[in-house]
This record gives sequence, C-alpha cells and structure tokens, in this order.
Amino acid sequence: MKKVLIVDDEPNILMSLEFLMKKNGYKVFIARDGAEALGTVQDELPDVVILDIMMPEVDGYEVCEFIKKKVNANIKVVFLTAKGKESDFDKGYQVGADFYMTKPFSTKKLVDKVNELAN
Amino acid sequence: MGIEWIVIILSSAYLGLLFIIAGWAEKNADKRWLSSPYIYALSLAVYCTAWTFYGSVGRAANQGLDFLTTYMGPILMAPLFWLVLRKIIRICKAQRITSIADFISARYGKSLFLGAFTTVICILAIIPYISIQLKAISSSFRIFNADVNESRGLFFNDSAFYLMAILAVFTIFFGSRKIDTSQKNTGLITVVAFESLFKLFAFLVLGLYVTYGLFNGFSDIFLQSNELPYFERLTTIDHVDGYGDWFWLNLLSFFAIILLPRQFHVAIKENNSENHLKKAIWLFPLYLFLINIFVLPIALGGNLLFPENAVDADTYVLAMPLAQGNTFLALLVFLGGFSAATSMIIVSTSALSIMISNNLMIPGILRNEFLSKRLNPRLNKVVLRGRQIMIVVMLMLAYLYFKYIGQPFPLVSIGLISFVGVAQFAPSAIGGMFWKGGNYKGAIASLTVGFLIWGFTLVLPTIVNADLLSPEILDKGLFGVKWLRPQAFLGVDFSNNVAQGFMWSILFNGLAYVGVSSLTTQSIKETNQAEVFVDIFKYSTVYESAIVWKGQAFITDIKSLLSMFLGKRRTDLAFERFSDRNAIEQSTIEADFRVVNFAEKLLSGAVGSASARILMSSVVKEEEIKLEEVFNILQETQRYITDNKELKKKSEELETAGVKLREANEELTKLDKLKDEFISTVTHEMRTPITSIRALSEIINDNEDLETAERAKFLDTVVEETKRMERLINQVLDLEKMESGKLEIPFSTIHLNDVVTESVRKVKQLITEKGIMLNTNLHGKLPLVKGNRDRLVQVILNLVSNAIKFCDSSNGEITITTSVRNGSVELSVSDNGPGVPNDSQKLIFEAFYQARNQTLKKPEGTGLGLTICKKIIDKHQGSIWIENGKESGAVVAFSLPKLKL
Repeated sequence: MKKVLIVDDEPNILMSLEFLMKKNGYKVFIARDGAEALGTVQDELPDVVILDIMMPEVDGYEVCEFIKKKVNANIKVVFLTAKGKESDFDKGYQVGADFYMTKPFSTKKLVDKVNELAN
Repeated sequence: MGIEWIVIILSSAYLGLLFIIAGWAEKNADKRWLSSPYIYALSLAVYCTAWTFYGSVGRAANQGLDFLTTYMGPILMAPLFWLVLRKIIRICKAQRITSIADFISARYGKSLFLGAFTTVICILAIIPYISIQLKAISSSFRIFNADVNESRGLFFNDSAFYLMAILAVFTIFFGSRKIDTSQKNTGLITVVAFESLFKLFAFLVLGLYVTYGLFNGFSDIFLQSNELPYFERLTTIDHVDGYGDWFWLNLLSFFAIILLPRQFHVAIKENNSENHLKKAIWLFPLYLFLINIFVLPIALGGNLLFPENAVDADTYVLAMPLAQGNTFLALLVFLGGFSAATSMIIVSTSALSIMISNNLMIPGILRNEFLSKRLNPRLNKVVLRGRQIMIVVMLMLAYLYFKYIGQPFPLVSIGLISFVGVAQFAPSAIGGMFWKGGNYKGAIASLTVGFLIWGFTLVLPTIVNADLLSPEILDKGLFGVKWLRPQAFLGVDFSNNVAQGFMWSILFNGLAYVGVSSLTTQSIKETNQAEVFVDIFKYSTVYESAIVWKGQAFITDIKSLLSMFLGKRRTDLAFERFSDRNAIEQSTIEADFRVVNFAEKLLSGAVGSASARILMSSVVKEEEIKLEEVFNILQETQRYITDNKELKKKSEELETAGVKLREANEELTKLDKLKDEFISTVTHEMRTPITSIRALSEIINDNEDLETAERAKFLDTVVEETKRMERLINQVLDLEKMESGKLEIPFSTIHLNDVVTESVRKVKQLITEKGIMLNTNLHGKLPLVKGNRDRLVQVILNLVSNAIKFCDSSNGEITITTSVRNGSVELSVSDNGPGVPNDSQKLIFEAFYQARNQTLKKPEGTGLGLTICKKIIDKHQGSIWIENGKESGAVVAFSLPKLKL
C-alpha cells in the first residue's frame, strides 16, 4: 500500500484530501504544519507528499527541500497551494517539486497526478 | 685711424648687434624667457634715456638733487602700478587699444577728434624729446673729436643724420612689421631690454670707476665736495620752493611713466600678462635706484675735476674717463649713452607712427571721398607703408628740430617739457578710467586747456630762447599783461619753470575736465565706453555683450573687411573661435551686435578704435540709437532681469512642488502597493474557503455511496466555508466603506456597560461550547459616551472572538473590564493565551497582518477584524491598542472620550 502524506494547516482542506486519498487506496498520514511534516516524512517515508506552502514556522518550500535533499529524493512532492504567481511555480520546481497545483483544485486531476507519481 | 672712426665703427657694430638680436628674437619668439616678466621690467627701463645717462649728471652738477624727482615719481608710485597700470592693461586688452591716443579716443565714444588731438599733442611733445636724443649722441660724438665744428654740415655731412637713417631702418624693420599692432613685437622688446641692461652696465662701471678709481669711495667725494661753495645747495632739497617743486615734479614723472607714448607702448601694448606687473613693481624701481646711485658722486666728482665750468656738465660722464686717458671706458660709456638714446628713439617713433597712422592718416583717408575711393581696396598696404613713412618723417622732424631749435637747451629741460606735454592726458585718461561721469566735451576742454597752458608756459620760452620770437613776451607778458608772463603765469614765479608750468596746466586741465563733464551730458556710445572702462574688471569677460547696438550687418562683409587687415587665415580662425565660444551657427548670415563688436575690436588692434569705428560703419548699416530706444532696451533688460527673478522663483516653487509631488507619488505608490497587497491577500484568503467548497462538492458529487453522516459533515463544511466567504466579502466591503468615508455611523448617547452586556449575551453560547470562562468586571459609575451601539458591539465581539482563538486551550479564561482613566472610558478584553510579541503590538491592526506573517499560527478569521475595529474606534475619536497582561495573555483595550455634559 502506497503512503501519502498530506501537509496543510486548513482543517477543511485536510479533511477533503484525506478522504480523497483514502478513497483511492493510499495509506494517509497528516501533518498540520511544516514542522510536523518534517518528522512524519522521516518516520513514514511516504511515496507522495501533498504539500501546502503557506504554513507557520516551516513553510512548504523548506519541507520540500528537506525531503529531496535530506530524506529521499525519490519521495514525490506535489505542491498544492493558493500561491499562483509564476515566481511561486518557479520556486516550487526549484526546490525539487514533482508537480505544482494551485488551489482551488480539481480533485480528479489531483488524484490522477498522485496516482501517476506513486507508480 | 683716429678715435672718431673707432667711434663710428663701434656704433655701427652696436647697431648691427641690435639687428642681430632683434632678428634672432623674432625667430625665437616662442622661447619662454623672451616673454618673461624680467624682459618686461627691463623694457620699462626705456624710460631712462640719454637724458638720464648724460643729463642727470649734468642736472645734478648744476642743480643738485632735482634730477631725482624724475625717478622718485615712478618709484614712489610703483605700488600704484597694480591699481592703475593693470586696469589700463585690462582695458586695452579688452578693446585692443595700442596707444594712448587710442585709449583716450576709445574712452570717449571712440572719438576721432580726441584721437587726433592726442596724437598731435604727442607729436609736439615727443619730437623735441627725440631730438635731444640725437643731440646727446651728436654731442657725445663731438667729445671724442673736439676739433670738429659741430655745425659743420647737414644731412650727408653729419654723423647724426646717418645714425638717424639707421635707426629709421631698424624701426621700420622691427617696429612696424605687422599691421595688427595688438600683436607683440618680440624683436623690438628684446632689443629694448638688452639696451636697458647695457646702459645700466655701462653707467655702473663708470660710477665704480669714478667713485673708487678716481676717488676713494663715496665719503671721499662728499668730503672733498664739501669745500665747493654750492655744495649744500646741491645736496639738500631747495629751501622754500623746493618742496613744492618736488611734489609737482614727482607727480609729473608718475604721469609720464604711464602716459608717455613709449611707456604706454612697452608697458601696455607689449605686455604679455598682467602678472608681469607683480615683478615689475619691484624690479623697475630697483633698476631706477641702481642707475641713479652713482649720479651724485659722478656729478660732484666732475665738479671737482673740472672746476669753473670748464666742461659742460652734461658731458661729464665721457669727459672724466677721457681726461684720465681711459679711452676704453669712455667708449663703453659712449655706447651706454648710445644705447639709451637708440632704445628711446626706436620705441618712441614706432609708437608715434602707429598713433599717426591710426588716428590721423586712416581717418583722413576714410573721410576724404576721393582718397577713400582710391585707397580703400588696398588700405592695409597703405597703412603699413604710411607707418613706415611716418617713422622716417618723425625722425626727420626730430633731426631738424635738433639742428635749428633745440640746440640751446640742456638735455633735461626739453625732456621735462615733453613730460608736461603728455601729462596733460592724465585727467582724461586716468580720470576717465575711474570716473564714469567724465565725458567727451570734458576731455576736449581738458586737453585744450592743458595744451594751451603747456604751450604758453613751457614751449613758448623755448621758442624765444631759440631766437625765433622776441623775448619781450617773457618780460612783459601776453598783450603786455603782467600776469600773463609765461614763466610767471598768474603772477606766480616758481624757481622751477617746469614745476610751475606743470602745476598750472594740470590744475586748469583737471578743473576743465571735471567742470565741463559735470555740466554736459554723455552720448550713449560714450556711456557704454565709460561703463566698460571704469568697470573693466566686471566687464572684461562679458564685454562683448555689454554694448547697446542696433543695426544690420552681414558676416561676409565683415569678414572681407577684416581679411584685408588681418589676412584671410587669421580672420577665419578668429571667427571660428568666436562662433564656437558664443554658440553662433557657422551658417548665420546676419551679424548680431556681438559679432560686430568682436570684429570692431579685432580691427581696432590694426587701425585703432576710432578708425575701426569708421571702417565698421562702412559695412554695418547702423541705425542712430535714440535715447528713447536705449531706455527701452534698458527697460527690457530690467524686465528681463525681473522676469528672470520671477522665473527663478517660479522654478524654485516648481521644484518644491516637484518634491511634494514626488512625495505624494511615493505615498500613492505605497498606497497602491498596499492596495495591491490588500487585493492579493483578500483573493488569497478567498481561495481557501473556495478550495474546500470545490473539493468537497466534487467529492460529494463523485461519491454517491457516501455515508449519510459523512455527506452531512461535508455539506455542513461547504455551508460553513460559504459563510466564511460571505463574512470576508462583507468585511472587505465594510472596510472599503470606512476607508473611503462612505460609511455613516449614527451616534447616540450610550452606556458602555450596556454594550458589554449585549455582546456577552451574543457570544455566551460559543464561549460555553469552548469551555472558556468569561468574566466581566464592570465599573459601577461609568460615564456615558457618544457612540454607535451596533458598531461597538461588533468591536467587542471581534475582540472576544480573538481572545477565544488565542486563549489557553484547556483552561481558557477571558475577562472584559470597563473603567475610567484620565477622563476616558476604557474597555479591555484580556485572555490567558500566549500574548503578543512587543514588536507586533502596533502592526497587528494592519489588514491581514497574520496572513502576511507566516511565523504566526494561522488563526481562524478573515484577518480584517482588528483593522475594522481600529477604524470603528477611530470614528469614535477613541484609541485602540494591545498590550500583554500582567501575568500572561494579551490585553486588547480601547478608550472612548467620555461625554461632556
């Protein structure tokens, strides 16, 4: 069973993402901020991380960089964020993201992308 | 071979040397030392002529210390060089003036008449002066050849004639080479400097020979002379009249040092740099001191050696070494005197020839229609040839004067009479340089009066003495009127005729100048020139534009006129430079006043200012300037200046406005940036609920098999998020209304405790649900306030909901307190949460502060709550702030002014 880590500080978004991933057969882990995510990634070594960017203390970019450099570059990272500027995209890919998706998002597209990356 | 021939060969060789030096210097004119201040100072010593060389000793032998006045004037006044001479130099450079006649003519509106008048006075004063140089050479010649009868021949039988001829050739060669007289004659000046050195050397050698060779030093001569009956008279200043004479004679020589044509020539025309004056100020007096130091010893020594006037005192300097059989020294002294005479003759004739050509000849040709038509096309050649002819004529006249009139006079008196003649220029030249009021009529009066008195008191007696006039006038006075006796004018009889003649002429001259000038008015052109002369240091840089001029002229005409005198290459070059400097387009056809003035100035250098004026008027269609027009121009200028001031003020204002505008713009940009930020934050804040709404809706839609509870939870969340959106939208609109001032908040008199009670009622349920304890601590006698109840409830609810968000999650406690402080009603909401960092306490009221500061835990809410609270409190003239509690937690408080009853 593939593992997905969802990192977001909005409970309602977490709720919907958790449902979606579980529904598609993933083992789901949740982190409510960046700092928590750092720990969970190392503990669980998920196949895919769905990552928000704007979070207190440790932001999504830092988490992504940490995953790719310190943990395992094979862990796929999908940014899911309200930041929609081109520079935000660029920065996301610069820190090693595998995909960048803006909020609000299409559930189908997200699930497809996560499936693609997980396999 | 007789000594006579040796003298002739020596003098010829000496003249040959002069040619060589001059020719060499012309070729090497770019050598720096040739235009050094030392050469300049030495060239000033052309002042010391044969009269100095022979006559000083003669005068000292007969009259004592009198001779010194001629040198003390320049020495005493040397410090004034900087004031007077520098100013003249500056003026002459600016206006390309090359002679004293030109100077006076230019000062008084470039008057032809004054230029001519001055020239005539100069000729009359200087020709006798040149003649005494010839006489000095001739009589020194005779000393070597005592048996030759002095009047043995004229012209070809007379050595003085040959000398004159050689000097004429020399002067033509080196003194009138260039048509543009404002160019320097390096050859001439180098020769003059050399001759100055040579004559000083010769005189010093003789002085040392007499003082230490023939006698045992100064004290020996003076001791021996003590025996002479007239010793005291010779070595002290003359009793009663003496001091008066001294004063006048000193003043006279001071004027002479500036106004003599040859001094003007070397000191001003040939001056390379004003700074040379700084050296000349002490070098020239030093020279005069050195050349005079042995005069008295030689004179007294001569009196001792040749008692009873056995030898003419004017020839002591030669007779003394000859009597001792020292021919070599005598020849050296002869050459010294020869050099003094030749340098004077060369410079004087070349100066005079320029004056005559520029102020008499050219104006004469130009004003005569017949001559003008015939000569105009080759005027340049005519001018040059004319000058050369004038040199010959001058020398001729001097020669004839020497032969027929000048013989009976001692050297010194003719020299001094010349001095007085040129001193008549002092009021109009020097006065006109410091007094703007001096005018043309005043100058004419001044010169006329001075000239007449000079002629009457000083020249007339010389004519009588030459037996050309009956001596009756000297004894009985003009028309038999006793007080019109030339040598006792107005009944005053000085012991010294020169001092007396000078005093009367200069006094009446000055009075006429000031008097007539004060009583009459200046023409416009004169006013311009007076302005330029007196304020030269102000104008020398902007001079070209300082003239009022009106007329029409074409540049090509002006150029072809100039080319005739300056050559095409120089003209083109000058125009090119001028155009560059004044930003005049090369293609300009019509000349403006600057070009006309510039051209006239250039032309002045060649033909003098008065002639230049006439020549220019031939190509310039000049309109008579009426006084009215000048006033108009002046008014225009004035207006221009005023406008300029106004403009400056305006531009300053504009600059201030610009600064303000820039500040405003910065403010706007800042606001704009804030607005952008606000919008992007608002839209960003909107994305979050929309994201949830969309995601959950899609889930519900895609999953028909959802459990009822789960579906309900998702649907509830969608509704909740929609409400959040609505809240956000309302708050944004609210804030917009408040910021734009559109929101009207009706005020009424309210009791803040009531507002608290209402708020608590509204929030009670939520508080209880969260398990938070809510305390109210209300002041018993709280004053009334003016305010809007609903808005204040909104504020309190907002503060409480913030407190709920932040207070301790397990043992949450919130306290609402009302109190009175400093005459204000205060309300505070405190929690027991983490508190707010000090540096954030002010910023927290900015919109979306939390959203923009990611280090803070993201709270629920729109991020606009506190911003809106602040706006509401501001509307109540109150203030809102946040601080940390005494133990823990945050305290958000606001105060409202209590109602004034």
